[in-house]
This record gives sequence, C-alpha cells and structure tokens, in this order.
Amino acid sequence: MSARRQSPWVVLSAILVYIFLYAPIVVLIVFSFNSSRTNVVFEGVVNQGPCGPFFWYCEFFKNDDVMDATRNTLTIALTSTFFSTIIGTMAALALQRYNFRGRNASETMLYFPIVTPEIVMGIGILVLFSASFGWINSLLALAPDRRLTMGMGTVIVSHIAFSIPFVTLVVRARLHGFDNRLEEAAMDLGANELTTFRKVTLPLIAPGVLAGAMLAFTLSLDDFIITFFTTGPGATTLPIYVYGLLRRIVTPEVNALSTIWILVVLIVVGISQWFQNRE
Amino acid sequence: MAELAVELRNVWKRFPGPGGEVVTAVRDVSLKIADGEFFALLGPSGCGKTTSLRMIAGFELPTEGEVFIHGRPMGKTPAFQRPVNTVFQSYALFPHMTIGENVAFGLQMKKVDKGEIQRRVGEALEMVRLAGYEKRKPKQLSGGQQQRIALARALVNRPEVLLLDEPLGALDLKLRKEMQLELKKLQREVGITFVFVTHDQEEALTMSDRIAVMDAGVTLQVGNASEIYEHPNCRFVADFIGDTNFMDGTVAEVDGSKARVVLTGGMALWAHIPKAVIVTPGQAVTITVRPEKMHLRPSADEINQLTGRVTDIVYIGTDTHYGLVLNGGQAIRVREQNYSPESRLLAREGEEVIVRFSVDAARVLTE
Repeated sequence: MSARRQSPWVVLSAILVYIFLYAPIVVLIVFSFNSSRTNVVFEGVVNQGPCGPFFWYCEFFKNDDVMDATRNTLTIALTSTFFSTIIGTMAALALQRYNFRGRNASETMLYFPIVTPEIVMGIGILVLFSASFGWINSLLALAPDRRLTMGMGTVIVSHIAFSIPFVTLVVRARLHGFDNRLEEAAMDLGANELTTFRKVTLPLIAPGVLAGAMLAFTLSLDDFIITFFTTGPGATTLPIYVYGLLRRIVTPEVNALSTIWILVVLIVVGISQWFQNRE
Repeated sequence: MAELAVELRNVWKRFPGPGGEVVTAVRDVSLKIADGEFFALLGPSGCGKTTSLRMIAGFELPTEGEVFIHGRPMGKTPAFQRPVNTVFQSYALFPHMTIGENVAFGLQMKKVDKGEIQRRVGEALEMVRLAGYEKRKPKQLSGGQQQRIALARALVNRPEVLLLDEPLGALDLKLRKEMQLELKKLQREVGITFVFVTHDQEEALTMSDRIAVMDAGVTLQVGNASEIYEHPNCRFVADFIGDTNFMDGTVAEVDGSKARVVLTGGMALWAHIPKAVIVTPGQAVTITVRPEKMHLRPSADEINQLTGRVTDIVYIGTDTHYGLVLNGGQAIRVREQNYSPESRLLAREGEEVIVRFSVDAARVLTE
C-alpha cells in the first residue's frame, strides 16, 4: 500500500472537532487560575495567600461542604462499583455459559436501561423508593427517627442498578471467544469449580472485569440525574453540590474542583482503557 | 482379556436440542477397553465419539447406563475427582500461565510437595522432548509443541486412563504423521490406557490396538485394525475404512459360510458371509470387495470372474487404478500394484476385460 497524503481539509476538520471537544475543558482549567471571583473575564493569574496560583484549589480544600460531598461521592462510587462489578460479572458469565430458555430476552432486558433516558429511570426509582418506603413505614408503624428515608443507601442502590448493565456489557465483550475448554481442562486436572474460577476463569477475564469496574466507577462519580432523584439529607454528592453552587455564583473554586475531577476521571478511564487493550 | 480400564455399559446420552426436541448423541453403547490398550473411537463428526469420551472424562453424565473406570462405577463423580486426564483438540493450555505452571497444575491440585512437582514436571517435559521450556508462555510455542505440552500436562499426573480428543486434528499432515508414531511409542513407554477420538480412519489404523467404529450414536464394530479393514460387518464400516467396491445382488444359494449371489445384470459370484450376518436365498444384499483384492491378470483357478469394460485408467505411482463398468451396469474400481512395468498396461480404455477375485475377498453385507 502506498502512503496516502491526507487532504488538508480532512486534517483541518479533525482539528476543529477536537477544538470543539476540548475547548470547554481548557477554558475551565484556565479559569481555575483566574484572579477574579467571576467566571466571565480572565483578569490574570491569581497569586494570593500561601497557595499562589493554586489559591482556588486551596479554598476548595478548606470548604467543609466540598469535602463532605467528595467523601459522599467516593463512598457511593466505591460501594456501588464493588457490588455492580460482582453482579454484572456474574450475569456476563451466566449469559456466556448457559443456554437457558429466555436467554436472549434476559440479555436484551439487561441492556435496556442503558438506552432508557436517565430522567425516566430517575423518576421511576424515586417513585419506587418513596412508595415502598411509605408503605413499609406505615405497615411497621416505625417511629419518626427510624423511618426509611432517601439518603446514601438509596443513592448507592440506584447506582448499583444502573452500573450493572455496563459492567455486563464490558465483561461480555472480554468473554467473547473465551474457550470453555480451559475451564474443563482445569477441572480435568483436579480443580473444583471454585478453584477453576479463581485460577483460570478470573485471571483470564480480569482485564474485562477491571475495565467494567472502572466504567462503573466513573459513571457513579459524575452521575447527576439519578442521584438528584434519589438523594436525601446528608447524601449530597459533588455533582449535586456543584449544581447548587451554580445557582448562586460560579467562582473559580468550582473550576478548581472540576479540574481535579477531570484529572481523576482521566486517570480512571486511562487505566480502564489500558486494561481493556491488554491481551 | 486383561483387566478392564474402562467399561461403558449400555450408555445413552440425550441432549435437549435447540428447538426443544431431544437429540440422542449416544445410543446404548457398550465398550470394554483393556488396561494398557490404545483404543480408538472412530467415526464421522456427530457420531457420538466425542460425547462418549466426555462421559468417561466426567464433562457429561450419561442419561442412562454406567461408566466404569477400573471396575469402579463413576456415577455422578465430577471430572475433577476422576482418575483420568484429557488432551483437548484445542490443547486448552492456560494462556496466562507458563509452560511449567501449566504442567504443574494437576500436581498442585493434588497437593504434591514442591520438590516432587518440580522433578516430575522436568521429567514430563523431557518425555515430550521439550525440557527447558518451563519459563515460556504457550503462545511462544508452535502448534506441535503446544500439543506435546498438553500431553505432558495430562501424563504428569499419571492418570489411570488418558483421553485424547482429536489431539492431532489441528496439526499439518507431516507433523501429524510424526506425532502419530510418537504418540504410539509414548503409549508403549508409559503403559497407560489411551482412549483416542478421531475421524481419520488412517490415523486410527496406524495407532490403535483396537478401534470402535461409530455412526449415529451407535458402535457398529469393534476390533483391531485388520479385523475392521478385512472383515467389516456392515456397509458403513466397509465404506468408512479405506476404499471399497459395492455391488448389489440377490442371494441364490447359501453353502455354510459362503453364498452364491446373482448381481443386478445377471452375473453370479460366490462371497463369504461374515459371522454377524445371516442371509437366506432370495434376500437382497450388497457385496463388498476391496479394489486391491481384485485383479485384471487372468488366472484359471478363481471362481469369481466378472466381465466389464474399462472406462478410465489412473496411474498414481505405486498403483494403477482401473475404472470399470460391469456387464449389468455396476461401476467398480480395481487397483493393480505397479511391481512391473506391465501392470499399467493390463488393459486399455474401452477394452473388455475379466476381473477376478477370491471368494474370501468378497463379503456379503445386509446393511
């Protein structure tokens, strides 16, 4: 094959697409060093206090509300990732291994939430929780302080729910072409089901499982809509908190927070990609 | 017969098919495999040979019947508790482990101590002539080498029976021929019973002490290579093993183990009746004669002499193949060995010739 010279128009349009994609992020990062309190005009790099240009980063680390929201977000993301990875991987293995009645239907149903508008899922989960909590609370006649309410629990449960199909999808892709004979070979050599899973199946699908976990983690980290519907007092996450801030004033503090956030997501996605591409 | 290593007693296997129907993969199969034997399950794909092997391994359980290993009924014993090991067609080497770890896997499962494992892994690799490959990964090895590692991984456990599922299927022809002899030699050395699944009749004839020919879930004939080749008991076996001619006719007369058969077209011949076959005069039968047992060279003292016309002559070096149409319209092939220059000049295309063969070379088959 001969090397083809790219038309300058193709290169130009590619550059424009990337500018379109990354300009907002660049602007966001630049404004996190702004000396003005507003996000309208860039008035030069801030140099204030012991942190110098990273003034807004320090401000945000001093903010208890932000730190609480960060803690909540990480707790929710880690817990929901843990459970959704286990459940999603189990589902992928079952779909791969067994040829049961209704297999195709259950697979389609599993992936359906991915294409369902998140707002619909959010409202659905909200109605489900409030209706069932109301019913349980009145049935058991629980004291006001022991009533089931929306909070960390409901957010975690709903994050687990929406992450499962993504994990299954990623693990299924990894399982595609998995040689079942490898498991049979392990059993043939004297390994029981559990040892076979631990020594053969899991190491072979681990890159897929990890990639699925990373995806679940990032999805949970930046989820707004479903969290908005299922959160309660004391369960404010970073996206919810930022949204609250924006309604008052957008300070470079928000930009600093977002910049760190982008870095975290970038690292997680990078690791996930690396695992997925690894043989 | 020596002690039985494996016995299948009236084993059936039924699977639910894709459309909800029941597929019978194995029908009432009974086999007795002696200790130390090299036994082949031979048949076309879908004949139930692999399913039979998988039931011995414990990957499938019989729907009916019982599998015995050294006299012990296996019942629902899972694969990991059976005293057998398998060599898979795809080798199924663990790609994330080194060769050493692959071969050591079975011994680790048995909790053999480390020094012993290391010693036996070394021995096993030496046995398959791949000593020093411990640190490599399966992907770095050629197909033939992977095949030998799969063999070492199974044999290192000293199983009572080694099961081989088309282990040479993925190798090219030359390597396959080498491995056939190597496997045979290895089996003699270790003295372990080998049960071998193949669809390649030549491979089965080359390697096995005894062969079970299977078709449509049934064992048709069990015997050693020459029994199966020389004394096929049915049309399928005669056809599947080697080349053969079939001629249709009707039994005219039965004389002990011989029958006089009148072929379609009027010519008559005498043929041997195999033990398993019962015929009566008037019955429609098939006569099978191997092409190398038919001759164009004239001889006065043969009873069976048929006339026909040569339609084609193919010279293939060691032999010359003559295509004939008998008077009566049945097409046959005759194979003459080229031990003298004349053998390729026995007849010309279009010439009328006489084909002769012994009574024992012709066999009466009813199915």
